Amino acid sequence: MSPVNRREAEVRRLLEEPQPPVPPDLYAEAVRRGGRMLRRRRAARRLMWFLVVAALVAFAVWASVAQPWVEPPSETTPPLTGW
Amino acid sequence: MRERQASRNARRAREFEAFVAGAAGRLMHAATLLTAELPDDNPRARRLLTAALAHTYAVWDGLRGEDPYDRTRQYLAVAFARGAWHQYGGLGLAHPWSRPKPGGTLSCLSPHERLILVLRMYEGVAEEQAAAMLALPAERVRAVCARAMATLLHPPREAPAVIAEVAPS
Repeated sequence: MSPVNRREAEVRRLLEEPQPPVPPDLYAEAVRRGGRMLRRRRAARRLMWFLVVAALVAFAVWASVAQPWVEPPSETTPPLTGW
Repeated sequence: MRERQASRNARRAREFEAFVAGAAGRLMHAATLLTAELPDDNPRARRLLTAALAHTYAVWDGLRGEDPYDRTRQYLAVAFARGAWHQYGGLGLAHPWSRPKPGGTLSCLSPHERLILVLRMYEGVAEEQAAAMLALPAERVRAVCARAMATLLHPPREAPAVIAEVAPS
């Protein structure tokens, strides 16, 4: 065994030694917090979709009322009257 | 729609429970090594691991075949690096007075050295992968790992308070 490998094996042995116990409520706590994160994300996504739909509806209503594609009546030339 | 949601929730909970049952011991050990706390008194490691597992639970449906263990370990490492940054004012610059006193195995190392040593030697993450995870060059990871191994195998004796008496001439 080369010295480098021996050193690595020694370090690995040092790292393996103390095994901490797993807290019993770890799973429940992780699920609680993770579930809260999921619900928040879902609510944020719903809010975003709602805003997008509201913006589209507002644009459609404005466009149908203002009709910006219709050429506005000319205002620079005076109307031709009396000849 | 509601039924599909419920069945998905149940499946996620089942799979996640199996994952935690299998991986929690090893992850808990890794987290305790990172924070250099004692095995039976490790509040910081528990907090870190709980946050990492909660994050894994939240992204569970979007993993698409990715290994949840890898994902949790990555979150753990990055959260620890960020925490060490805030706590110690920069990676690698551990103030001797802010180190946890009743330390575990790795308490003679700086947070940065612990992180790289645990990733490389305990978790067996490849050098390039660890470097990418921590946004460091691979040479730096190798150097820090070698230094940490040397410090761990030959711990420095307590530095004397007075470096050297200057002999009066």
